Amino acid sequence: MPSPTPSTVSLLVSDLHKSFGSVEVLKGVSLKACEGDVISLLGSSGSGKSTFLRCINLLETPTSGLISVHGEEIKMTKDRRGVSSPSDARQVERIRARLAMVFQSFNLWSHMTVMENVIAGPIHVLKQPRAEAIENAKDVLERVGMYERRDYYPAHISGGQQQRAAIARALAMKPEVMLFDEPTSALDPELVGEVLRVIRSLAEEGRTMVVVTHEMAFARDVSSEVIFLHHGLIEEQGDPVQMFTDPKSTRFKEFLSNSRQ
Amino acid sequence: MEPERTFFEYLQSFSEAKSPIDFVLIYDNLGRFFDGALVTLQLTFLALLVGGLIAVPLAIARAYRKLFFSPVIRVYTYVFCGTPLLVQVYLFYFGLGQFKAVQESFLWDPILSSPWWCVVIAFTLNTAAYTTEFMRGAIETTPHGEVEAAKASGMSALTRMRLVILPNAFRRSLPAYSNEVIFTLHGSVIASTVTLQDLLGVGRWLNGRYYLAYEGFLTAMIFYMAIVLLITVALRLAEKRLLGHLRPRETSSSAAARVAA
Repeated sequence: MPSPTPSTVSLLVSDLHKSFGSVEVLKGVSLKACEGDVISLLGSSGSGKSTFLRCINLLETPTSGLISVHGEEIKMTKDRRGVSSPSDARQVERIRARLAMVFQSFNLWSHMTVMENVIAGPIHVLKQPRAEAIENAKDVLERVGMYERRDYYPAHISGGQQQRAAIARALAMKPEVMLFDEPTSALDPELVGEVLRVIRSLAEEGRTMVVVTHEMAFARDVSSEVIFLHHGLIEEQGDPVQMFTDPKSTRFKEFLSNSRQ
Repeated sequence: MEPERTFFEYLQSFSEAKSPIDFVLIYDNLGRFFDGALVTLQLTFLALLVGGLIAVPLAIARAYRKLFFSPVIRVYTYVFCGTPLLVQVYLFYFGLGQFKAVQESFLWDPILSSPWWCVVIAFTLNTAAYTTEFMRGAIETTPHGEVEAAKASGMSALTRMRLVILPNAFRRSLPAYSNEVIFTLHGSVIASTVTLQDLLGVGRWLNGRYYLAYEGFLTAMIFYMAIVLLITVALRLAEKRLLGHLRPRETSSSAAARVAA
């Protein structure tokens, strides 16, 4: 059923649970992203933040909970054993196309050049004419400073360049919400800056984003809301400046002091 | 001064006076060898073409462990990869004719009674079995992240297969496929054991008729070598074109990029 949420809510997740076998990784996590929100998900490894992000576009199937994108709820069913799965594969594909994802390990298609990576989705998913897709690709590639490298294969450019190309690939889908899964964690320290600058500039132009990150300065300066996950639950959430200057929960205090070392 | 001689006369005197090999005999029968080469090429490439087409869906079914199909296909590939090609050809050519039902069926007259078709069928099933197995390996080792990126961009299962998984797997299995092409060509000599006049068949015929082993078999060998050379060059070119993304890049920082990736 389409939920009655106002259209300015881009992404709504409520009471999401996810178990792997007998291990419950997410124990009821909710999130609301309005248009232009940048939400940073923080948490130590194993806290479930990446799993949560991957549940949003159904790369992992949530055990229970509700996800809706601009008011369109993803339809789920449960089989006789209670295992849930999306009931409409076409809807999932449609929704995924509206939620572009940027991965930790870039995941560019290795047999395609940068340009081919960027136009594949628009042509084959959004059904754009090729010429139009190439025209758009020019814009997004210039946006991330990768137009000169458009004819390179992913293996022939640096990690930072690969990630910027992956961001261009995501942008080319004209997504309503962008999901970033630790976009700088796999990069050499000196390459982190160039990627963060791009993400930062995207945030500043008012894009709706959910970012799983370990970059504290980025989370503090760029996000409109920070969510701190611990053992599959939201331990603390709120305004970034307030949370970073005056953390309430002991867990978040510990996390901050550990990450500042 | 010696009077001007034609090439043929020169060949004649050379063969009679000095050479242990009768070049005139070879020269006289060159036409037969070309016909034999044509039979060899037809058998080889028809088998490779049809076998390759059969192998793709079988490899997909194997790689994704499709219920029922996967074990059945495994039995098929095990039988055909685990037994000599000669035995397989004999079974089709001598074996099937033993059954009245086969002799009376509509397949008998145009197909199963002809050695040419029996050989084509056996070769096709044989190369399809080998190709299925190494293609399955290539499909299974498609980087998981790339498949996930395709999912995340909203591609349907079919589009993912067509755009990401198969092109990636085909390219990586090209070196193995080059071997398969050469092996199939080498295996095609078996056609000569069931009366077909392929390249080796012509060599055998020459040997049988004149008791001159070198003339027939050396000529056949040279023809085979020439064919292999052409195939190798063609496949080398294909690899160069299609495997650009797997080559190390030409700058000094390639090692760093691979570590970063």
